[in-house]
Amino acid sequence: MNWGSWSDFWQMGGYGLYVWGSFAMTIVCIAGEIWFLRRHRLQTMQRLKRMNAWETPT
Amino acid sequence: MNLYRYASPSTFYPLAGRLAPWFFALAFILAVIGLYISFFVAPTDFQQGEGYRIIFIHVPAAWMSMFIYIVMAFWSAIGLAWNTRLSFIMARALAPTGAMFTFIALWTGAFWGKPMWGAWWVWDARLTSELILFFLYVGVMALQAAIDDPRRSDRAGALLNLVGVINVPIIYFSVKWWNTLHQGSSVSLTRAPSMAHIMLWGMLIMALAAWMYAIAVAFVRARSMLLERERQASWVRELPEGKA
Repeated sequence: MNWGSWSDFWQMGGYGLYVWGSFAMTIVCIAGEIWFLRRHRLQTMQRLKRMNAWETPT
Repeated sequence: MNLYRYASPSTFYPLAGRLAPWFFALAFILAVIGLYISFFVAPTDFQQGEGYRIIFIHVPAAWMSMFIYIVMAFWSAIGLAWNTRLSFIMARALAPTGAMFTFIALWTGAFWGKPMWGAWWVWDARLTSELILFFLYVGVMALQAAIDDPRRSDRAGALLNLVGVINVPIIYFSVKWWNTLHQGSSVSLTRAPSMAHIMLWGMLIMALAAWMYAIAVAFVRARSMLLERERQASWVRELPEGKA
């Protein structure tokens, strides 16, 4: 175990800004990509549904 | 089993849909193990203190940025040679994820460079060639978005991918060919790694997590692209996704 306390952990031996700045941006990027991916899929499916509804005679 | 069968969009679509959650799950499990090693198992570095822990995302992201580009160029070449629809879709589906990993490699590099070199950015061969890789990804996506006809767009993008792949060996060997501020590789195929084993393991597990994530994301994106592209095809019309 490298850390005596939570505050040690967050401070990262004085490199807190750099270490957490790196990890935070990675998490933001991945979360953002998954969000965009989901939105893209939902939009595509909605368009498909509209198109099918338009073309199927009722 | 006939692998060629999966080159058909109508068989690839459900297969990718079934596989993607497994790749996401593997990515998550590997990332948890990798992060645990990164922060709790790997010891403090004797030179860089705790600051070196950026390595656990910087190196995997940089590997992915180059590797995804090679895979993208591979699918582009297959697409150009045999005119297979799915190859072009795979190449397109990988581009945003590749760009994302390139951005992460550059960003974490800057956050590592600042405390260790005293500068967020230097115009060193490694950094500059990686920046060019980022522009190549963005350039391919912009080019493809600018061409309305999907087939032309596929071909133009694929061609640019193939031209751009020359940059990958330049990035990889930049630390050998030029005097760079960026350090040489600690992990190489030809000699024993010059780092502690547990650090190496942490890095490899994180890289594997990034791999699984990239595959999962590319599958999901390719599926949406297929639905858009083939919306007139009967296999798409019969999917439950399209039913109200």
